[in-house]
Amino acid sequence: MAYRCNVLLCTCTMCVSVGALKIKSKLEEEVKRFNLENEVQIISTGSSWLCTKGPTLIVQPDDIVYQLLKEKDIPNLVEEHLLKGRPVHSLMYIHPEELHPIEKLQDIPFYHDQRLIALWNRGIIDPDEIDEYIARDGYKALVKVLQNMTPEDVIQEIKDSGLRGRGGGGFPTGLKWEFCRKNPGSPKYLICNADEGDPGAFMDRSIIEADPHSLIEGMLLAAYAIGAEKGYVYVRSEYPLAIKRLDGAIIKAREYGLLGKGVFGSDFNFDVEIFRGAGAFVCGEETSLIHSIEGEPAEPRQRPPFPVEKGLFGSPTNINNVETLSCLPRIINFGAKWFAKIGTEKSKGTKVFSLAGKINNAGLVEVPMGITLREMVFKIGGGIPNRKKFKAVQTGGPSGGVIPESMLDLPIDYERLQEAGAIMGSGGMIVMDEDDCMVDIARYFIEFTRDESCGKCSSCREGLDAMYEILTNICKGNGKDGDIEFLEELGEATINASMCGLGKSAPNPVLTSIRHFRDEYVAHIRDKKCPAKSCVDLIEYSVDQEKCTGCFICNVNCPTNAIIGEKKKPQTIDKSKCIKCSVCFEVCRFDAIKVG
Amino acid sequence: MPKLKPEDLAIITERVRRTMILREGTGRAIIRVHMGTCGIAAGARTIMNTLMKEIEDRKIKDIILTTSSCAGLCSREPMITVEVQNQPPVKYVDLTPEKTKIIFDKHILSGEIVKEYALAFGSERVP
Repeated sequence: MAYRCNVLLCTCTMCVSVGALKIKSKLEEEVKRFNLENEVQIISTGSSWLCTKGPTLIVQPDDIVYQLLKEKDIPNLVEEHLLKGRPVHSLMYIHPEELHPIEKLQDIPFYHDQRLIALWNRGIIDPDEIDEYIARDGYKALVKVLQNMTPEDVIQEIKDSGLRGRGGGGFPTGLKWEFCRKNPGSPKYLICNADEGDPGAFMDRSIIEADPHSLIEGMLLAAYAIGAEKGYVYVRSEYPLAIKRLDGAIIKAREYGLLGKGVFGSDFNFDVEIFRGAGAFVCGEETSLIHSIEGEPAEPRQRPPFPVEKGLFGSPTNINNVETLSCLPRIINFGAKWFAKIGTEKSKGTKVFSLAGKINNAGLVEVPMGITLREMVFKIGGGIPNRKKFKAVQTGGPSGGVIPESMLDLPIDYERLQEAGAIMGSGGMIVMDEDDCMVDIARYFIEFTRDESCGKCSSCREGLDAMYEILTNICKGNGKDGDIEFLEELGEATINASMCGLGKSAPNPVLTSIRHFRDEYVAHIRDKKCPAKSCVDLIEYSVDQEKCTGCFICNVNCPTNAIIGEKKKPQTIDKSKCIKCSVCFEVCRFDAIKVG
Repeated sequence: MPKLKPEDLAIITERVRRTMILREGTGRAIIRVHMGTCGIAAGARTIMNTLMKEIEDRKIKDIILTTSSCAGLCSREPMITVEVQNQPPVKYVDLTPEKTKIIFDKHILSGEIVKEYALAFGSERVP
């Protein structure tokens, strides 16, 4: 069946949560009303677009994007655009600080600078249709390796491509496979790590939701290279849609004979099982993850022996991240040389990032390695909302560190980020503006890792607890001289004495924020002031008697009746009643509420 | 469902690509049927259906058929604009299904412009 128009509706978790499915049924209803069913095809795609602008849809071949759709917009959209061919300007994307909407997808800076390898099929195919994946060169790489390449050739190809683990560590993927293949133990296992626990990170979920077959094909390629017949995808239970789509994809792949015994009629056998994680951050650590699949408590163990020597059920096990595996079909199809041309000297290819926090275009982006943070935040990300000033960006989630404005021209690759004290991590990128207090942010991350610490190593268990207490005191105005030095010492000790990646990286947010924003810590401790005016215990609200017109709006809105005064006369705030909720500040139209 | 053999991938691709070409936006030719109110009133839908049937019957998978709004010359509707790759677009006016079939055969499939039905080469200039 040929159509004249494709409507690609994003149905990722985020868009579904803001009503994408309602939009879909309304679209279908309207298309039917105008008898366009045989001309217009509606396709649900995976996550891809500007996540904060959902629900979004794209009309092809016109290449026009619509955002922030509501059910009531649909009848007009269908009649105007789909029936009469007149794109609806009022529903299009408007770039921050511009007045006119951008019509075409390709012209939106957010898309223009991206390069898709892991997200090759995002937003183009229906993730539930294996045939659409196949039509975009799907499973071609698998045929290529089964017919023309030995496992050693595949390993060499991946080594030549320079692909490094995308889960955070950055270990060369080809080398890891070689260790696993050369290990005499048997059987061998392949595990895909989809236990994405960093706050603000959603790369793995989005890849699985948009294109589950890329992951399955990647796993087949990896399994062929290392000689595994059984694979697991360890995915968080909190990702129901990703699990559903992956499960459906596995069933379809089995029906086609792409998984199971004798893949494509060859003598290569491989099957995949989904393992749902019970939801602990530490499960993303590879040895904990193995324990979890074995049915043991999810606690890490000492390495070596590494999982490639002694992993799942004592067998050699290769663990790769979702993104690493999803790149593989393209590397095999287009060749190692093509992949190695993209990126920087030591970091090849592209990386998927999830942009979150104080940024206009929050969402999922895939960019070549070596792009600067400035391009990332201001060009692709569209800058900071409400004309606020950029302050810092946290890469790598709770294991990473903050990077201040002075280092915005840093090219993003594994080594450079490490030099700056942060890490690439799995690709979470949280942007902070001038209203964010760095001490409070550090406290937040330590609170998270403190809760998630499994408690096996005392350095991590007690160290993070002690750091949390000190940071809380500082935020409450009870910091003392020497706290900063003590935090640094504790952080170093926790890093040195803890066994697994969680403890070894958890103090990073504190250490980097001290390194780049020491003056903020000093202001909290010595002057008992919070420069970002975010720590509630260190700020006070008062009324500027000259500016206040007595319009009474603050008085009416104050939830605790802390604002006293007569109408048309300047007001005052009763500090004993004030709960510092900031309502008066937000409602005041005369800039008369002072915070400090 | 039967298990796939490597050569089956090409067969599936062949079948599915016809519906997917629209999403990638590159085809041998693009046909725009002008479907503003004037176009629809003058019978653009019949033209559209004729073209869709031609594409369907001949199992063509590299030609994009799409709609556009009024082209400004309401008295000469139904109109289509045909843009064969690497050639300037051509506007055809006063169409009937028969004329459309001829245009499809000659211009779109063989690259030979049907001068007697054509209005002009090119599109309006945009700033």
